[in-house]
Amino acid sequence: MKQFAYLVPRSLDEAISFHEAHGDRAKYVAGGTDVLVKIKEGKILPDYLISLKHILGQDRPLLNQETGELYIGSFVTHRMIEKSAIVRIHYPILHDAIRNIGSVQIRNVATIGGNLVNAVPSADGAIPLITLDATANIQGPKGERSVDLARFFLGPGLCDLERSEILIEIVVPPLLLRTGSAYIKFGRREAMELPMLGVGVLLSLGESSVTCVKARICLGVAAPTPIRALEAEAFLVGKPIDGGTLEKAGKIAAKESRVRDSIRGVAWYRREMVGVLVKRMGLKCMERIKKLAQ
Amino acid sequence: MGKMISFALNGNKMAVEVKDHWTLLHLLREELGLLGTKEGCGSGECGACTVIVDGMAVNSCLFPGLEIAEKDVVTIEGLTSPDGTLHPLQKSFVENGGIQCGYCTPGMIMSAKALLDESPNATEEEIKHSLAGNICRCTGYVQIIDSIKSISEGGVEEVHVVAWKNKEKDE
Repeated sequence: MKQFAYLVPRSLDEAISFHEAHGDRAKYVAGGTDVLVKIKEGKILPDYLISLKHILGQDRPLLNQETGELYIGSFVTHRMIEKSAIVRIHYPILHDAIRNIGSVQIRNVATIGGNLVNAVPSADGAIPLITLDATANIQGPKGERSVDLARFFLGPGLCDLERSEILIEIVVPPLLLRTGSAYIKFGRREAMELPMLGVGVLLSLGESSVTCVKARICLGVAAPTPIRALEAEAFLVGKPIDGGTLEKAGKIAAKESRVRDSIRGVAWYRREMVGVLVKRMGLKCMERIKKLAQ
Repeated sequence: MGKMISFALNGNKMAVEVKDHWTLLHLLREELGLLGTKEGCGSGECGACTVIVDGMAVNSCLFPGLEIAEKDVVTIEGLTSPDGTLHPLQKSFVENGGIQCGYCTPGMIMSAKALLDESPNATEEEIKHSLAGNICRCTGYVQIIDSIKSISEGGVEEVHVVAWKNKEKDE
């Protein structure tokens, strides 16, 4: 394996200044489960790795009780999110996705920020967070900025990060009352698999618990980046939610998807499954709303 | 380039010089001569290199060596008592036919230990979820799961052998 110097900054500012000093010869690393594989395969050849593991205050999901916002520091491991009771109960879509990313060994060290900045089309971490309308907070040499996570992904392996910038935090806005959410990673195996398709659905119902007031449908591996099925979302709002409306929404979402043939699955099958899974996840949202109400 | 770090290996405090680019697996096998931990794929897919760092199962092939500074590392060698008595999990693997070629066994046992330390009465479902990152190509999964179940259902009290600090708390 290529030799590199391993730098351990103690603050974000220090990390950024290290990166500015070494430029393209340096690479940020958090858990390292992707970066070290790429180095071993010779796909990247950094002279410096800048570890982000020792920066304090970024290591667990926190719910702000006053604003209802959920803060997830970028360097929170997948395992911390998987074990979080807040996430399991109130953001089940995130729990659905995270518990099936990699293995326990990977989740114990791999961070959610690392998952996101890799920007692979199959990013299981991104779909639920986009479905939840999350924002990404970014810090760089010029200061802090925020970007909608839905706009963060620019192409395969490409995200909206300027030179030396670090994704530092994900913020999930408060959930409406009567909200349910669900994610399915659809593949051929139960574990250690990249999805053939990832489908996240969020539904919020009005006071009668029948009419949809908010809908989010986000698809993974259905385009070069995660995409929202905007037409299907718009179709659902204002309608009573049942198997019939969800089936129609699924068909619209399938048309919106830009699936293609790959080794993991052929396009026509993927498109068909978008429809099936949108409906299935919609029904799961409804189940979860009912369960919360009890 | 290298740095002196101290850490606990199987309960023994030690100080070693670690080169920046070494993985924990390299440190264990090539520098410290502990050959119990295996390298399979080298890319975090197979789990043969699983060791426990501060109570958590990790792939040592992808774990930066320098990151074990001030941490507790437990390898398969740390499970057997100094007098040669096998750990209950090791014994169970032997008795239940959980070992064929044996290459995956250290990783399997370390994943199982990390699970049982946290939930001593883990269900079959939890065992399968926790072992998803450990591949056995002799395909003896049934016996492997049986080996672990006989501990989690059998009420063996002392699964802990080496204690560590700061067990992670939820929230």
